[in-house]
Amino acid sequence: MILVLVEVSPAGEAIETSREAVTFARDLSAAGGGVPIDAVVVGSPDDALVKTLATHGVRRVHALTGPAYDAFSGAAWAAGLMAVREKAGAVVVMAAGTPRGNEVLAHVGARTGAPMAANVISFGGLSPFTVTRQVVGGAALEEMQLGMRPAIFSVAGHAVEASAADVPGDGELVVETPEVADADLVARVVSTEEPAPDLSGALKSARVVVGAGRGAGSADGFGELLELAELLDAPLGVSRVVTSLGWRPHHEQVGQTGSRISPDLYIPCGISGAIQHWAGCSSAKAILAINSDPDAPMVTKATHAVIGDLHEIVPAINEEIRRRRAG
Amino acid sequence: MTNPLVCVKRVVDSSSEVVLTEDGQGVDGRFAGFTMSAHEECAVEIAVQVAAADGGAASVMTLGDADSVEQLRAALAVGCTSATHVQADSQAYGPADVAREIAAVVRDHEAAGTPHELVLLGNDAADSGDFQVGIRLAYELGWPVVNGVTHVSVSDGEVTASGAGPDGHETFRLPLPAVVTILEGGVEPRYPSVPGRMKAKKAPIEEREPSAEPVGPSRVRLVLPPPSPSSVEILGEGAAAAPAVVDLFEQLGVLSR
Repeated sequence: MILVLVEVSPAGEAIETSREAVTFARDLSAAGGGVPIDAVVVGSPDDALVKTLATHGVRRVHALTGPAYDAFSGAAWAAGLMAVREKAGAVVVMAAGTPRGNEVLAHVGARTGAPMAANVISFGGLSPFTVTRQVVGGAALEEMQLGMRPAIFSVAGHAVEASAADVPGDGELVVETPEVADADLVARVVSTEEPAPDLSGALKSARVVVGAGRGAGSADGFGELLELAELLDAPLGVSRVVTSLGWRPHHEQVGQTGSRISPDLYIPCGISGAIQHWAGCSSAKAILAINSDPDAPMVTKATHAVIGDLHEIVPAINEEIRRRRAG
Repeated sequence: MTNPLVCVKRVVDSSSEVVLTEDGQGVDGRFAGFTMSAHEECAVEIAVQVAAADGGAASVMTLGDADSVEQLRAALAVGCTSATHVQADSQAYGPADVAREIAAVVRDHEAAGTPHELVLLGNDAADSGDFQVGIRLAYELGWPVVNGVTHVSVSDGEVTASGAGPDGHETFRLPLPAVVTILEGGVEPRYPSVPGRMKAKKAPIEEREPSAEPVGPSRVRLVLPPPSPSSVEILGEGAAAAPAVVDLFEQLGVLSR
């Protein structure tokens, strides 16, 4: 059996990257001759969530419930996952390559002594069990063998597109209440503050993102970029240089050490496109680069580009948008 | 007094182009710039702040080749006061191997009468991106671990750590000893002062051999993603391109009225 940790949003839905992980698991299941896929969720899923997972091919949804799971603890989630795994005999334990997914799987790796592969994009075969995963922020790939059981790995965001299975799973809900040792509850969340509305959450889910890099020139160079963002109802995302120089706050950073975005359109202005930044924006469907250097990596990797000084181009775009809206 | 140990790794600079070694087992450093992982720059800053807050001393360690002493000196220049270098080829070490080597240093320092109550690491290394060394270390030591936080403070034998979670800003509070892994964004790493640099140059570094043979990283080989030929459509140059840009916005349906 393949066991997939599925993360649930505050609204009670399976997050997209978890549905991608289940979709990925289906290929693995097929390669193994139809190995069943079970999901583990933390909390009490509603019918709609169980149905969604069944649509994606899940046989059973194991719901970890009880006071031990009320507040997040990586060790407690891993203990619950391990208990389900032992009961049901999983040979593969997977999750989405999110902060939570990678954290919980690392605990499972430490508990089982098996290797854990983070951010896998494809699997190469079952004997030996080989996966390919992103390293150096996706600038290189590592082929890795997972020789021990369970094979433990997370699926990189947007490695596959989440989709419904041809044949849905049974979607049977199983309430699980495995005990958790006190030691696994020492490092648990004691309080959660609601995020301010403008923090990085908006970036990760935005349809359009306006990007700004060193080309902005100074902390005062963002006026017209913010104006464009407002006209497009888009958040501003910036490169690491911009946050390191203190021009903009860190929560606006897009990149390996910031947010990973996947908008329909990304508009990086004055961003050269170093590995660090590309790691955060490579999932954008279309990229319009505005840059003075036609050979900058961001320009050559983009779908569209305008060459020149962003301080001339962006105001002209803003003006054109206003002109068309007025007309 | 809190005496944190912060663990850093020498990695290729993320502004360099990645070139692989011929055997595909590592990144070819001959053409690359090197630095410490970005999250670790913040972990070093936090270690220095935690130590300064109650009169303790921050130590730094790395596992790497002879050149990785450069990253130890960078940490010494901004306020760490002692450094340990485990001499090994980091590319031949898997995350479980590295965790075991860090645990060996923690145990030896405790035996020598200079214990660390707090071990800080980056959430993930910029090169190998394993996302697990801190957690494996915690299991080696039998300590609790908090992962991926941006803020850390210590008082009365307890560590308070917080950072962004999926539902908001999350706070953890737990007794020491503990392992905490850091994400960039909560603190501003300080620049080294000139006296700091001078001191770092002369500071003695504890040199040691690995405690055991590495199991290895389960790596078959590294490959570069297939180069995708550039298919960029140049819409124009300068301000004159604005109408073409807005046409594109309309075409993609991103221009609401």
